[in-house]
Amino acid sequence: MNWLLVIVGAMAGAPLRYLTDRAVQARHDTVFPWGTFTVNVVGCLVLGLLTGAVAAGAASSQVQLLFGTGLCGALTTYSTFSYETLRLAEGGARFFAVANAAASVVAGLGAAFVGAAVAQALWG
Amino acid sequence: MSEAHPSKLNEPVDSDVDLHVPPRPAGRPERQGPVVAVVALGGAIGAVARYGASLLWPTPPGAFPWTTLAVNVLGCALIGVLMAVVGGARSLHPLVRPFLGTGVLGGFTTFSTYAVDIQHLLQSGEAATGLAYLALTLLMALAAVWAAATGTRRILGGRTR
Repeated sequence: MNWLLVIVGAMAGAPLRYLTDRAVQARHDTVFPWGTFTVNVVGCLVLGLLTGAVAAGAASSQVQLLFGTGLCGALTTYSTFSYETLRLAEGGARFFAVANAAASVVAGLGAAFVGAAVAQALWG
Repeated sequence: MSEAHPSKLNEPVDSDVDLHVPPRPAGRPERQGPVVAVVALGGAIGAVARYGASLLWPTPPGAFPWTTLAVNVLGCALIGVLMAVVGGARSLHPLVRPFLGTGVLGGFTTFSTYAVDIQHLLQSGEAATGLAYLALTLLMALAAVWAAATGTRRILGGRTR
C-alpha cells in the first residue's frame, strides 16, 4: 500500500514537472532555467507545508507518502538542476550558473520555511 | 582530435525540455501523450528507488541525511552520463531521454526533501549539520554531474553530434 501511494504520487509529480517546465520555458527567452527553478521552489513550499501538517497531526503518514515522497519528490529534481547549472557554466554563462545554484537553494529553503510557518499557523 | 567548445556540444541546458527545435505550425499541437506517459512511468520507477533507499538506509531526525545525499549525488552523476550519451548518439529513440532523464532520474532525485531536511535541521538547533548538508550536497552534486559528463564525453571520443 505504501509503495502504491509513492507510485501514484510520482506518476502525477513527474509529468507535472515536465508540463510546468515546458509552459514556463515557452514564456521567456533567457538562458536561465526558470522552469526547473519554478517546480523546485513550489515543491519545497508544498513539502514544507505538508511536513508541518504531519508533525502537527493534521495529516497522516499515508498523505505524506502520496504527496510528499511521491508527488513533491518527483515534482522536484536535483539532477536536472545540477545538469542545467553545469551547462550554463560550460556555455560561458558563469554568472547564470552561480545565480541558478544560489537562487535555487535560497528560494527552495525559503519556501520550505514559509510552508512550515503556514502549517504552524494553521495547525500548530 | 581537437576538443569542441563546450557550448558547441549537442547538449541542451535544460535536460527536461529543449524548446530550441523548429516550432511546429500553428493549429497542429505537438503530441505530448507518449512523452507524458513515459515521464510518468519513469518518475514512478525513480521515486520507488528513492523510497526503497530511504527504507533500507533510514536516517533518524536530527542526523545528517546521508541517504538523500547519496541518492541526489548518484542521480546527478547518472544524468551527466545520460546527457553525454544522448548528445553523442547518432540516432536515439526520442522517448529515451524523457523516460530516463526527465522520468527516472527526475523522480529519483529530489530538491524538496533536500530543502525541508535543511529547514528541519536549522529549526531544531542542528545548524552546523544543516549547513554542512546544504553545502556538501550542492558541491558533490555539481562535481558528480561535471565529472560524469566530461568523463563520458571523453570515453565516447569527443563526438559532438
